[in-house]
Amino acid sequence: MDLDFAPEDVAFREQARAFIAENYPAALRERQKSEDALTKDDYFSWHRILAAKGWSTPSWPVEWGGTGWTATQKYIWSEEQARADTLAILPFGVSMLAPVLWTFGTEEQKQRFLPDIRDGKAWWCQGYSEPGAGSDLASLKTRAERITADDGKEYYLVNGQKTWTTLAQFADWGFFLVRTDPNVKPQAGISFLLIDMQSPGVTVRPIITLEGGHEVNDVFLDNVKVPVENRVFHENQGWTCAKALLAHERSGIAGVARSKRGLERLRQVSLTERADDSGPLLGDPFFRRKVADLEIDLTALEYTELRTLAGESSGKGPGPESSILKIKGTEIQQRLTELALEAAGHYGAPYLRGLPHNFGPVGPDAAHGVAGVYFNTRKTSIYGGSNEIQRNIIAKMVLGL
Amino acid sequence: MDFSFSEEQTLLRDSLAAWLADNYDFDKRRAAIAAPEGWRPSAWKALAEDLGILGASFAEELGGLGGGSTEVMVVAEELGKALVVEPYLATVVIAGGYLRRSQSPTAHELVGKIIDGSARFAYAWAEPQARYCLHDIATTATKQGSGFVLNGAKSVVAGAPFATHLVVTARTGGGRRDRDGVSVFVVDKGAKGVVARDYPTVDGGRASEISFEHVALGAEALIAPEGAALPVVEAVTDEAIAALCAEACGVLRRLHEGTLDYTRQRKQFGASIASFQVLQHRMVDMFMALEQAVSMTYMANIKLAAEPSERSRSISAAKVQIGRACRFVGQNAIQLHGGMGMTEEMAIGHYFKRATMIEAEFGSTDHHLARYESLSFEKAA
Repeated sequence: MDLDFAPEDVAFREQARAFIAENYPAALRERQKSEDALTKDDYFSWHRILAAKGWSTPSWPVEWGGTGWTATQKYIWSEEQARADTLAILPFGVSMLAPVLWTFGTEEQKQRFLPDIRDGKAWWCQGYSEPGAGSDLASLKTRAERITADDGKEYYLVNGQKTWTTLAQFADWGFFLVRTDPNVKPQAGISFLLIDMQSPGVTVRPIITLEGGHEVNDVFLDNVKVPVENRVFHENQGWTCAKALLAHERSGIAGVARSKRGLERLRQVSLTERADDSGPLLGDPFFRRKVADLEIDLTALEYTELRTLAGESSGKGPGPESSILKIKGTEIQQRLTELALEAAGHYGAPYLRGLPHNFGPVGPDAAHGVAGVYFNTRKTSIYGGSNEIQRNIIAKMVLGL
Repeated sequence: MDFSFSEEQTLLRDSLAAWLADNYDFDKRRAAIAAPEGWRPSAWKALAEDLGILGASFAEELGGLGGGSTEVMVVAEELGKALVVEPYLATVVIAGGYLRRSQSPTAHELVGKIIDGSARFAYAWAEPQARYCLHDIATTATKQGSGFVLNGAKSVVAGAPFATHLVVTARTGGGRRDRDGVSVFVVDKGAKGVVARDYPTVDGGRASEISFEHVALGAEALIAPEGAALPVVEAVTDEAIAALCAEACGVLRRLHEGTLDYTRQRKQFGASIASFQVLQHRMVDMFMALEQAVSMTYMANIKLAAEPSERSRSISAAKVQIGRACRFVGQNAIQLHGGMGMTEEMAIGHYFKRATMIEAEFGSTDHHLARYESLSFEKAA
């Protein structure tokens, strides 16, 4: 048992750090700091640079574009990206759909979809939740009926509504859970379909969230024709794909490296922000203890994640224990945003989105937008299976209760 | 011992609640805060003229209805339930608090204008370097002739874009963090040298960064003892915190009720989610936090009349309890609403945002815990 980095790991860290420093677009960094919403090209720009280097999908099987890195190297890579505040690679294609495709997809589906995901050419969104099916995902009602169209080919005719679809406004494709058999128990009648978002009958409607952003959407499906070959795995066995995907979603959700970076920023901010006695905020015993407390909690999560990673690299897939990572990871992310808001003091209140560009700064940079981030981050204990549902999963699957 | 409200106080609550239900529902508020002005003069006029709310807590000899802090508490809670953005706290409680203590005829005239709705105030006290320290004041008021010249900058002045007047803390003597040398002035918002940059706040209000550039003030602008105003600043701030706690109770009630309603309606796994024990326990915890917050708000209201150190200690205790309740109840209201709680179109998120801002107003939970500790233990130790 050790956590020492071998000389080749140290060299890898240097290489990764240098690559980011030399290649991360300065324009994108500016865009990340601005109040303006990021564009599709913004999101894809770093992804495409990594793809050209062959680094956009480290966790994939090597034959499809994985890097073949060891667990340690992947860990170093995620740390270096977080350290440099790079824009995160969107998970929908790379870490959610791709494992489903290479596990359950046909050879043709893999050939057709994986390269574009890897190269940042196709934007994917996730059509899971519905207005009546959130925590109880298996109760979803979006209906897909098999028809033979005038062209003599077989299609699914899809009707229903999906919701909370993240960044669907940019999506070229979506992976959807649909009901293909309404007459069996809920989990048994679901299929996993890949839908071209430009298909006639697909409508994306924005949902504005409480901090004022447009991140999620309603997606309406009105007589959308989906070729049968766009179904992944067997008809009515989409729940198997869904479960596999959710486990991957949960393990990626811990965000340890990003939280470590967030803590580092919080420490810096609390050195420049003032306490009531006019000294640095980090000298305030109350605030200081909260930061220490959070750091300890994050260290525990980091080692839990490392244990999970070690398990994965020895061949075990992410299991139900990945629910621990989701719960603790999101609680820590939320706690970080609480402390950043507390650090901002009065300057947490200004809402500067939509003000003219020449309005100028209000308060210190570190306070800028922290309330919005705090509000927005409340979603993390709701999405990907709420933290209450995660506890149910642990109770049932891990503890056997 | 009596925690009940008088017939007049109950009537005040009921008439305000009825008016707000008819005139200040979520959609009307939403339209008003999105409009360029950000507030509704008609609502303010109704509070002054139709409802007599603005005069309810002033003494009769000042033209008020003879009430006091209990009337403020009743009003503030109802305003909290409707997320009212118009500047009741800064105008009636803070400006009113200073002006009614002042002996000057000008001050008493201004109270008349508060009561009739023609004067609205914002409180310019916080400074960029000061965090929550009331006497960390770099703004200066230098004697000139019989009056003063005001220079300095104030941060996040809530409601300033709606105000006709500002109440400003400034230094007439002493060093930046001295307890001595603090004075308080009324400044006409339109006075030469008052520069405001207005912006919205995350809870639907408006605020300004304000700088004072050689603003000339007459002697009558001084509304608290020159150079010795800190005890008055502390007393008025404590009154403001008591009113803020009452507002928070209104916000917390709505967060709690809204969550009960939603979880009763929302069905998952073939049942109302309110039937799940883990959510029931959470809502019980929210309920307890709310009830404890209400109790502390009553306590704070009673202790406003105590001697200063007992008063401040009690107010800090209340603010700590309220701050914790705002966070716990607010966060869990969103959590139990699931994705719906995250949407801009549902009221619950707007209550959560207001609750969050209340946590930091006039000092965070940590600030008041520290103040409580120092007032409770330092003398004993």
